[in-house]
Amino acid sequence: MDLVRTSRQGMNTPPMMSSDAGNVLSAQGLVMRFGGITATNNVTLNLKRGARHALIGPNGAGKTTLINLLTGVLQPTEGRIVLEGHDITGLAPHLRVQRGMVRTFQINQLFDSLTPLQTLALTVSQHLGIGTKWWQPLGRDTSVTARCERLLAQFHLTEVMNQPTRVLAYGKRRLLEIAIALACEPRVLLLDEPVAGVPAGEREELLQTVAALPADVSVLLIEHDMDLVFSFANFMTVLVNGSLLTEGPPEQIANDPRVKAVYLGQGEEAQHG
Amino acid sequence: MSAQPSLLKYSRFKPWEPLLWLLAFLAPVLTPSHALIINEIAIVALFAVSLDLILGYAGIVSLGHAAFFGIGGYAAALFAKLVMPDPLAGLAVGICVATLLGFFCSFTIMRGSDLTRLMVTLGVALILLELANKLDWLTGGADGLQGVVIGPLLGRFEFDLSGRTAAYYSLTVLLLLFLLLRRVVHSPFGATLQAIRDNRLRAMAIGIPVTSRLAVIYTLAAGVAGAAGALMTQTTGFASLDLFEFHRSADVMLILVIGGAGWLYGGVLGAIVFKLMQDALSSITPQYWTFWIGLFLVVLVLVGRERLIRPWTWFARAGKA
Repeated sequence: MDLVRTSRQGMNTPPMMSSDAGNVLSAQGLVMRFGGITATNNVTLNLKRGARHALIGPNGAGKTTLINLLTGVLQPTEGRIVLEGHDITGLAPHLRVQRGMVRTFQINQLFDSLTPLQTLALTVSQHLGIGTKWWQPLGRDTSVTARCERLLAQFHLTEVMNQPTRVLAYGKRRLLEIAIALACEPRVLLLDEPVAGVPAGEREELLQTVAALPADVSVLLIEHDMDLVFSFANFMTVLVNGSLLTEGPPEQIANDPRVKAVYLGQGEEAQHG
Repeated sequence: MSAQPSLLKYSRFKPWEPLLWLLAFLAPVLTPSHALIINEIAIVALFAVSLDLILGYAGIVSLGHAAFFGIGGYAAALFAKLVMPDPLAGLAVGICVATLLGFFCSFTIMRGSDLTRLMVTLGVALILLELANKLDWLTGGADGLQGVVIGPLLGRFEFDLSGRTAAYYSLTVLLLLFLLLRRVVHSPFGATLQAIRDNRLRAMAIGIPVTSRLAVIYTLAAGVAGAAGALMTQTTGFASLDLFEFHRSADVMLILVIGGAGWLYGGVLGAIVFKLMQDALSSITPQYWTFWIGLFLVVLVLVGRERLIRPWTWFARAGKA
């Protein structure tokens, strides 16, 4: 199956020889306190080049807080974040994107009054460094439109490309959510629950696109859906109450009694996926 | 259908666009007696288009846009009085001063919510109003700036009482700036502004430097508002505190609501409707015309612009609509 092949590819990516020991993204000793609450407690997480890395944990484990720290929406109380050998702890969110780290959102964050085509065209333009061009119309550049066409086809959005985003079906909106991130040509992609809330009928399209992500993109996946996690990931990190519980390859995590305890303790969660 | 033509069709000129401008430029000849109001419409349209840049495209609400209108107007008038009477040089000065003010004010609108922006923009306009009032040695204070004489346009066309030169001057400036801004809003730059308006969080997450984009468009809009203000004082030969008054900021917002925000022509059409209504109503009931404007506004917002201009849909069954 496609999913399996992709994850194998991830595992077989060439040896980690770069100066940062193969870690494309490294969070070191992250602490985030909101007043008296510690949402992230001394979390260290290394994302290998080309990894398919899943971040799991019950609700309230601090997964989204961690994503917000990595992307710069939040500033950590302690710790540092290194992206491809550069310390980016204090870097503004949009500059991290320009360095190749892009995220998707658990709740769709789209440009509702624009069409999918306009959305992707402006994203690609911004990525190619022509987001400040004011004298020529959006789409004049054929390099932009060609890339938009590929993305639209890849994400099954071609037939709705000229409809305002606000009228699209949920599954299509979810696809666009991920297409926008891919339009930025990320080297590190943070996927925040990509299949959350997608009805069964529209799920397959989404799973395919996630499985077909380019092998050289390092992916950190946050997901409740265990089927997706185990078919996709070649490495897993388990977060509980803001702290790192354990990490390792999927087989090890699946058999870890502590992980079972956490999820059995929240039986409903695990079923919901 | 492929991507490029679909994208380029947004920026292509529609057939009615040249028609509208042709009509506008014929109007002072066809109805010479209305040249003054045509001039006024062109100025208010330019002012509304400038508000559309920040409100319609970038989603920045403002109740103090008159700050830039006023500063542009006073700068142009003072330039004519103290330095030289050439209108184009005065216009350039008005634009520059308003642009500069816009740049500094752009830092005040970055943080907070819509409500804070309404208050901050309102506050800036009030500050400038009182400054113009207080610095009466320069501005003439509450009496207004007297003795502003504007030289002939291009050294040839005198601003006369009929207002024809004024109307053509304002229409030309409006057209040129409009064409420039039309380019801007349809460009990748303009698209990133709309992205910021729709979803600032996501705009940031695709690498758009939100703060600097907003600063640029706010500064540009201020410059355009300054041009409108300069046209106003140059064509009337008079600058008064009225330029900064709250009602100007409110009227221009109203005009944009009437014409529709976020497509540039909203400002032009809104200005035409608003000024003609004001003209017609105030000749019928000089004291109470704002009553009718108010009523129109309430109906417009409650019924919706789309339905209002399609009377045949009024009595259609709700189920079908």
